[in-house]
Amino acid sequence: MNDIFLGRNDEPKNERLFRRLYAIRRFEESVLSLFDEGVLSGTTHACIGQEADAVGVLEHVRAEDLVFSNHRCHGHYLARTGDVRGLLAEMMGKPQGVCKGVGGSQHLFAEGFQSSGILGGLFPVAAGSALALKMKAKGGLGVAFIGDGTLGEGVVYETLNIVSLWKIPLFIVLEDNGWAQSTPKHLNTAGSLKARFEAFGLPVTQIATTDVTVVEEAAGRQIEFVRSSQNPSVLAIETYRLCHHSKNDDARPKDEVEARWANEPLRIQGARIPEERVRIISKEVDDALKQTIETLKGGR
Amino acid sequence: MIFSAALGEALSRRLKEDSRVVLLGEDIADPYGGAFKVTKGLLSAYPGRVLTTPVSEAAMAGISAGLALQGYRPILEVMFGDFLALCFDQVLNHISKFEAMSGGKAACPVIIRTPMGGGRGYGPTHSQSLEKHFFGISGLEVVAASLFHSPEETFCELLSKKNPVLYIEHKLLYPAEMMIPQKGHVAGFLTRKNEGESNVCSISAVPPEQCQVTVLAYGYQAAKLLPVMKRLAVQDEIFVELLVPSRIAPVDFAPIERSLEKTGTLVIVEEGGAGWSWGSEIASTVQNRFFGRLKVPVTCVTSESGIVPSARDLEERMLVNEKKVEDAVRRCL
Repeated sequence: MNDIFLGRNDEPKNERLFRRLYAIRRFEESVLSLFDEGVLSGTTHACIGQEADAVGVLEHVRAEDLVFSNHRCHGHYLARTGDVRGLLAEMMGKPQGVCKGVGGSQHLFAEGFQSSGILGGLFPVAAGSALALKMKAKGGLGVAFIGDGTLGEGVVYETLNIVSLWKIPLFIVLEDNGWAQSTPKHLNTAGSLKARFEAFGLPVTQIATTDVTVVEEAAGRQIEFVRSSQNPSVLAIETYRLCHHSKNDDARPKDEVEARWANEPLRIQGARIPEERVRIISKEVDDALKQTIETLKGGR
Repeated sequence: MIFSAALGEALSRRLKEDSRVVLLGEDIADPYGGAFKVTKGLLSAYPGRVLTTPVSEAAMAGISAGLALQGYRPILEVMFGDFLALCFDQVLNHISKFEAMSGGKAACPVIIRTPMGGGRGYGPTHSQSLEKHFFGISGLEVVAASLFHSPEETFCELLSKKNPVLYIEHKLLYPAEMMIPQKGHVAGFLTRKNEGESNVCSISAVPPEQCQVTVLAYGYQAAKLLPVMKRLAVQDEIFVELLVPSRIAPVDFAPIERSLEKTGTLVIVEEGGAGWSWGSEIASTVQNRFFGRLKVPVTCVTSESGIVPSARDLEERMLVNEKKVEDAVRRCL
């Protein structure tokens, strides 16, 4: 089942990337409707619009790597594991959930993956875990996803300093979506985002894109650098969140959000592959997702 | 052997015998060897596993968590207990929650060691007993060093388990001679460790069955009570059973209840300020379970509430002391 969401290795890369983007998008949309239906309760933070970051970066992780996410973690989790059933069951509070229903939407823990709901809180944990990989000297690196809002947290800078000082193999991915919940970046961050990392001697690659192939290519180079040098590196991606911060809480200008739909990742990647393949992949994912939802709704 | 040396030796032995152990802390590198010299010599002996860190308590707590999640056994020295406030989020929202939050999949056995307490005139931000803020954090054990508990045994036990631990070391313990019970005796008193109560040391002048008052104390305060117990016994034939737990949260009530069956009288001593405290929590439980069998209400002897002043005379006046304990015991009878 997870293969339908992740794609097999022999699938053409562009199709596989599309499949992953599509699976994450439909998962998030399904989650939002399941809240409306009353099937889900609590809270969620969808990553609609930002799928290319998760899919592009995680294309390059290996089994021994450790991925650390945040409150907006579904895309990262699914791109890492393909485990739609475990995640949805978790959100439904079922014992077969990835954390037996205790963690819920934002606190996930699986082989090689961890997320949490405190901004920046997992960042030093990611550094410590990557340090452990280096001490074990068996290869492997850490990947830490943070957002522009998280740059307000002090522990991030303590950690950046140590990551650089101790040469910890951590690949830091800054998903800069321009908004911290309802607060625009210009009310949150002074100076240059890039310079904040450079001040610690960390190499930064900056891209502004929702094109998964651009993310994938930049991440590939950077991850190869982290892996071979066992040194940290930063990829800063300017992206955009097309959905609410959580549920029904979007106060951003409507025309700003509307304009961003023109560059949404599925449209860009979908245009690269034959229409017939788009149709087939979409149907495969839709059917598998529907079946998973129905099964879990039925209590199994 | 003094406590700081015994502790340093215990850490050294753990480093030697347990390859998972990693020490981290500020200024722990040689020749300095830590603000209280506990780790002196360790970095030279175990380079790569003893890491002197930048002044970043929150990040170091988080990095320790990461190491622990990956199978290492980090022991983080936080230079002063007061600085725990800087890593509280990591302790409360991360280290202590990972196991439960992951549905039991994660284990994050970080040990944080830190000096606590006053008596050195260090003032309001270097003298506090902040452990009360960590009692009741689900998933976290709080353990208090004492002169009656061998650090070697304590650390062996802590490293055999998988839960995170806050290990508090009262500053005045560092230069004090260890008083490890030998063959049921310590410093002229009888000692007893009952079956299944391994973390609690019972100390009394006469067999516990003949004592009139149960006194519960941990850490440095416990060691200070031996002269009080002697005075009460010699001058007034008032016999106290002193219970000294090593693990102070969660509380093991079995030894307290066993002692109370005989005495019906409980005095709880701690250096933390009055209110919302170790003593008030234990008193609440004991009074529930022993209602009708207590001879007098449970007494909590604490420091005054408020900040710990720098001036020695002001500090002395606000901190708990032996006289306050002695008066409390007499008032019970």
